[in-house]
Amino acid sequence: MKNVIISDSTLRDGSHAISHKLTKEHITAYAKAADAAGIPIVEVGHGNGLGASSLQVGLSLLDDRTMLETARKNLTKSKLGIHVIPGFATIKKDLTMAFELGVDVVRLACHCTEADITERHISFARERGKEVFGVLMMSHMAPKEVLLDEALKMQSYGAEGLIIMDSAGAYLPGDVQSRITHLVSHLNIPVGFHAHNNLGMSIANSVAAVEAGAQIIDASAKGFGAGAGNAQLEVLVAVFEKMGYKTNIDLYKALDAADIVEKEIMDAAPSIKSVSIVSGLAGVFSAFAKHVAIAAKEYNVDPRDIFFELGKRKVVAGQEDIIVEVALALSDKKKRGQHG
Amino acid sequence: MNARNNNTKKVKVAILGSGNIGTDLLVKTLRSPYLECSIFIGRNLSSKGMSKALSLNVNVSNQGSDAIIKNPDCCEIVFDATSALSHQHHAKILSGLHKIAIDLTPAKVGHFCIPAINLDECLKYNNINMITCGGQSSIPLAHVIGQTQKQVDYIEVVSTIASKSAGPATRLNLDEYVDTTEKGIMLFSNCKQAKAILNLNPAEPCINMQTTISALVPEPDLVALEKSVNAMVAKIQQYVPNYRLVIPPTYENNRIIMSVKVQGMGDFLPSYAGNLDIINCAAIAVAEEFAKKLTDSRG
Repeated sequence: MKNVIISDSTLRDGSHAISHKLTKEHITAYAKAADAAGIPIVEVGHGNGLGASSLQVGLSLLDDRTMLETARKNLTKSKLGIHVIPGFATIKKDLTMAFELGVDVVRLACHCTEADITERHISFARERGKEVFGVLMMSHMAPKEVLLDEALKMQSYGAEGLIIMDSAGAYLPGDVQSRITHLVSHLNIPVGFHAHNNLGMSIANSVAAVEAGAQIIDASAKGFGAGAGNAQLEVLVAVFEKMGYKTNIDLYKALDAADIVEKEIMDAAPSIKSVSIVSGLAGVFSAFAKHVAIAAKEYNVDPRDIFFELGKRKVVAGQEDIIVEVALALSDKKKRGQHG
Repeated sequence: MNARNNNTKKVKVAILGSGNIGTDLLVKTLRSPYLECSIFIGRNLSSKGMSKALSLNVNVSNQGSDAIIKNPDCCEIVFDATSALSHQHHAKILSGLHKIAIDLTPAKVGHFCIPAINLDECLKYNNINMITCGGQSSIPLAHVIGQTQKQVDYIEVVSTIASKSAGPATRLNLDEYVDTTEKGIMLFSNCKQAKAILNLNPAEPCINMQTTISALVPEPDLVALEKSVNAMVAKIQQYVPNYRLVIPPTYENNRIIMSVKVQGMGDFLPSYAGNLDIINCAAIAVAEEFAKKLTDSRG
């Protein structure tokens, strides 16, 4: 029986869904339940990871230190993971603090073509004995050959696993299959996949990834994540079991953990809204959803037009400021149209 | 070339570092009526920057800082476009040789300089730090926020640059970029809390550098802000012609935001590399002031 490692992004990607307003109570309740279920890795933090609390992406209710301390206290078997994007987080300010608090797994992430900005952070984390995965975000924006080049860089810096993210929820299973197959056949480290559900493909895409040889799969309880949400963790546990893969997660307890998220943490269960579909088609970062909704309202323009324009401009994660610029431009265009 | 002929009064400068920044600086130096590039120094004679320098008939060396140690009379001013780590080493050498160092790395050794804010004050120092590209575009506006608003709780700047405009040293120095930009914002705005974020965007055709400044200001005075921002933008345009305000000061969602786009002059890299252009234009502006001062002192 083959093993699949499920890396739980509930308390990190889910942060986007509630505008980064995770409380100590949320973290305590879910971390305890995830630990009891035997989920191997539990990621915790702001949606864009360590050091990302900002006006640009959204201010966290709790600072990184409090979130990590709270999670650490409640995880005994599960490893504590963090998402780190260089350009947001620095070694001196953020990583050093996280390591003092006892983080186990460091997921060093960057836009899918920019792997070399992670070199120093990956080395630093490895030197301090952490388990390090390289993460390529918005991976639909690059062909498989480019993804492999970037993945090889991360492998050479010391990454012990390589995860590609479908940050926009833009993939169909065939896209995932071809990319994962290519990576698995050329890398010496385990390959992973992170899904978003904009086009309703998160489970199908995660299954395609595993069938193509992926060994790490990201998932969130109840799909709690940015935009239309992630692959639903408890569904994947059941599906993988049915397929004959071992996750070492207790299904009943994973279901209990999911119920906690539904009752105590989320405002509303993630669903595929009209704008999610447009966002997925346009290939725009899922976590822009809330910012687009606010800007559309403020400037009285159609959020779908914003998404398509953002897609045209090929914006990447971290470029939330462009949303306001696009909304302003659309609103000007509309006004000019009205006045002939 | 006219850079060769009428150079009796020009001040000699060395450029240390033959990457994107150094090579773009070279092209700008050759155009300056006050500066003459006497030596262009790298480590690899076959690099793109070196080839460019050779094609412009500029004296080159692959000896790094040794080129200046061996021939200290080659220059009075040194542009350092290597890396933050290297500059810490170069700073001591250059100070020992009594050279004026204009540092384009985020090493934070020298006196922080934003020409539109503190050009005159900088002429008193022998080591000038150009902070960062994002700092050169955002700090003048952060300064204006600090000057016009009664209380400023927090300032944040986010810069997005084209992936192709970020060379290997920039990529390796991201942490220093963040740290130095934050220090610069706090210093020039008097705001106690600041955050800098840098995004690299690989889109083709390449995007122009864009910087957004947001601030938490309890009692915003937008009228005063807009007036000072316009004046500051005009001042920066004197040394960076394509510095444009794309989102004027706006109050929304309890924050002030404004955004600028910087298009380069297309000297070495194409015009989207406004990030290189702005830090280099700023460095040239300071070097020219030093050159005028040196020439004047010689009578």
